[in-house]
Amino acid sequence: RKIIFEKQWFYLDNAIGHTYGTTFEVTSGGNLQPKQEVEETTTETKEAGTDNRNIVDDGKSQKLTHDDIKALKDKGIKGQEIVQQLIENSTTFRDKTEFAQDKYIKKKKKKYEAVITIVKPSTRILSTMYYAREPGKINHLRYDTLAQMLTLGNIRAGNKMIVMETCAGLVLGAVMERMGGYGSIIQMYPGGGPVRAATSCFGFPKLFFNNLHEFPLSKVDSLLSGTFSTETLPSEPEDNALLEEESNGLTDEKQTSLQEAEEESATEAAMEISQTEEQETMDINAEDVQIKENKEKENKENVREKQRKQWERRKKLIETAALLREKNADGLIVASKFHPTPLLLSLLEFVAPSRPFVVYCQYKEPLLECYTKLRERGGVINLKLSETWLRNYQVLPDRSHPKLTMSGGGGYLLSGTTVVLDKGKSDSSSLEALKMEEPSSKRCKVQDLHC
Amino acid sequence: MSFVEYGDTIKDGDTAIVFLGHESMFPVKVQHGTVTQTKYGVIRHSTDLIGKKYGSKVTCSKGGWVFILHPTPELWTMNLPHRTQILYSTDISIITMMLELKPGSIVCESGTGSGSLSHALIRTVAPTGHLYTVEFHQQRAEKAREEFREHGVEHLVTVTNQDVCKNGFGVSNIADAVFLDIPSPWEAIGHAKSALKPEGGRICSFSPCIEQVQRTCLAMEEFGFTEINTLEILLRVYNVRTISLQIPDLGEAAEDNSSTGFDGSNPSNQGSPCANLQQGTVQFKSGVPLREMVGHTGYLTFATKS
Repeated sequence: RKIIFEKQWFYLDNAIGHTYGTTFEVTSGGNLQPKQEVEETTTETKEAGTDNRNIVDDGKSQKLTHDDIKALKDKGIKGQEIVQQLIENSTTFRDKTEFAQDKYIKKKKKKYEAVITIVKPSTRILSTMYYAREPGKINHLRYDTLAQMLTLGNIRAGNKMIVMETCAGLVLGAVMERMGGYGSIIQMYPGGGPVRAATSCFGFPKLFFNNLHEFPLSKVDSLLSGTFSTETLPSEPEDNALLEEESNGLTDEKQTSLQEAEEESATEAAMEISQTEEQETMDINAEDVQIKENKEKENKENVREKQRKQWERRKKLIETAALLREKNADGLIVASKFHPTPLLLSLLEFVAPSRPFVVYCQYKEPLLECYTKLRERGGVINLKLSETWLRNYQVLPDRSHPKLTMSGGGGYLLSGTTVVLDKGKSDSSSLEALKMEEPSSKRCKVQDLHC
Repeated sequence: MSFVEYGDTIKDGDTAIVFLGHESMFPVKVQHGTVTQTKYGVIRHSTDLIGKKYGSKVTCSKGGWVFILHPTPELWTMNLPHRTQILYSTDISIITMMLELKPGSIVCESGTGSGSLSHALIRTVAPTGHLYTVEFHQQRAEKAREEFREHGVEHLVTVTNQDVCKNGFGVSNIADAVFLDIPSPWEAIGHAKSALKPEGGRICSFSPCIEQVQRTCLAMEEFGFTEINTLEILLRVYNVRTISLQIPDLGEAAEDNSSTGFDGSNPSNQGSPCANLQQGTVQFKSGVPLREMVGHTGYLTFATKS
C-alpha cells in the first residue's frame, strides 16, 4: 500500500520484521534501512569564524544554482552528499561561527536527508500527533492536559469508568491504555454511534474491547427517570440516527475505524434495497424476474442479518443500561464539543461517592458556569478549575533556552470528587440550605470563597 | 481499601482522607477505639468511621461535619508526611504519560523520597507491573516500605537501600521505564541504560537547575539515548468568583447612554450577568488566577533507548 508522509511517498513492505524505533531512508518508492547511527561527516573542515561582522548577505554566497541542485537530486544522489556539496560551495560557511555552521548543516539535512522512524503507538505519540496535526478533531486538547485528566481521574486497572468524548476516540484510547483491559468502560455517545478513529490507531488487542460498552446519550434522561425500557427501542429511530451520524461524519471527519466500516456496510445494504425497488418500478421484464428473485432472496438475507445485528445491539444496550443503573461508576471523564454543564449534572448520577471526575473544555467560561451549577447541586467537593502551561526547551552546550514558540492554549479542566448527596437538598436551592446548615466557622469560609 | 482498588466501606486499618473544607484535608489511619481531633470536634473511629461508606458525611462532636474520602495517589500527594521535597500531581501526570506507563509496566525509580511519585507509579502499573525503587537514605527507605505495607501495595514494589549512582537499580534488562530524581542524574544514566530492557524503553530525569539538565543531556547522548526532549509544565489554578464592577458616573448627560450601552453589551457577556443598573454596577463570573502560583518545580528531560 502506498503511503504519503511529509511530501514523500513510500511502501511499508520493507519495514516489516524490524524492531520499533528503526530509522529508514526513503528512496524512490521503497524503503531502505540505513544504519541507526550515521557517523559524523563533514567535520574535516574545522575552520570557523568568531562573529558575523564580515558576513554580508549578497545572495551570492551559494555558488550552486537551483538547477544544479535539482540536477543532483534527479541523479538520485544521496542526500548526505548533496548537503556536503552545498557546504563546499558556500563561500561564507567557513566564516560562520561554529554554532551557525551547526545550524546550517542541520537545516540542510532536514531538507535533503529524508529519514523516517517507525515507532509503536501510545497515548504519548498519538496525543502529540493529533494535537500537532488535527487539533480541531480533538477540541484542541493538548497532550499535557490529557495527561492531567488521566491522573486526576485516577484511571487504572479494575475501574468502571464512564467516558463521554468527541475527541475521535483519543481520550477513550488513552483511558483504555491505562486500564490495560481490566475493568470496564462505558462510552456515552451522541448521534448514531461512538467515533473511535483514534482508538483504532492504538492497536489494542481484541480482549480490551470485551468490556468496552457504549450507550447513546439521547437515552440518558429516560434511564435516569426510569422510563427507559428495551421495548421502546424500535428499529427505525436507530436507523434514523445512523443516517444522521453519517451526515455528521461528513462534516466532522473522515473515519477509518472498524466501527465506521460496519456502519457503512449497513447503509450500503440499505441503499441496495432502495435500488432494487427502483428497478422494480422501472422494468418488469420476464427476463428480470429470475434476477429479481435472487435479489429478493439476498434482500431477505440482508434484512435478517440486519435484524440479527439490531437484536445484538439491543442486547448490548440492555447490558450497558444495567451497568449504568447500578450507579456505582468509579469515575467520569468528559471531553466533548458540547456544553459541559448538562452532561455533568446528568452523568454524575451514575458515579459512586468518593470518586473523581474530570471535565475538559476548550473554553474557560462554560466551566465557570458548570462550577456554579455543581455547587448548587451539591454532592461534590474539592472542585478545581485549572489549566496547564507547557514549555519546551532547547538544551545544547552553551545554547540552552526555552523554545521560541510555545502552545497558546490547551484547554481547561474542572475536576472534583463526588460525595454522598444529602436527600432533600438535591433539588431545592441547595446552596442556601448548605449555608444554613453549616457551622458558623465553616459558613464564613464558604462566604469567603464566594465573594 | 487499597491504593490500587476501590472499596465501598471503611474498614479497620484503612488509610482514609478527612476532608474538612476547601483545601483542608489530612489522612487518618482507621483503628478501632481511636479518636481523631478536628476543629469541628472529635471523630470516633469505631462508631463514626468503620462500616460507613466512603464519601459520606460524618458529624463530629461539636456539630460540625467532615467528608471521609477514599485514598487515591493524588489525595495522598496532597496529604503525605514530607520527608523530602516531593513531586506534585501536575508533574507526575506528564511523567506517567511520557514514560508510556500502563498496567504491566516495569519501572525503576530513584530516589524514593517521600513516596509521592511511587504511589502514582504503582497505581498505574498495577496489577501486573512492578516498581523497583532505590533510596540511599536508610530511614527513608524503611519508612517507605512501611507505608507501602500499610497501603496494601507491597506486592507491587521493591525498595532497595543503596546508592543508585554507584550500585544502580539492582536489576538489569527488565525495565520499561526509568525515572531519576536525584542531585546528579548524569552519574546514573549508565545504570539506567542497563536496567532498561534490551529492546528499549523510556527514561525521565527531573532536575530543578538547567546546569543539571545540561549534564544529563550530554550523558544521555553519550549512552546512545535518542529523542531527547526537555520540558517544563506549570499548573494554573483559577478561583471562580462573581465580580461586580462599578459603572463610572459621567455626569447627567451620560446617564441615558450608560443604561442603553450596558443593555446592549449584556448578551455578549458570558453566563447571565445580572446588571444592577440602579446601583450602577455590573456583575459577571470570572476565573481569577491565584495571587501566587508555583513558578518552577523542575525541568523534565525525557529520552528513548531503542
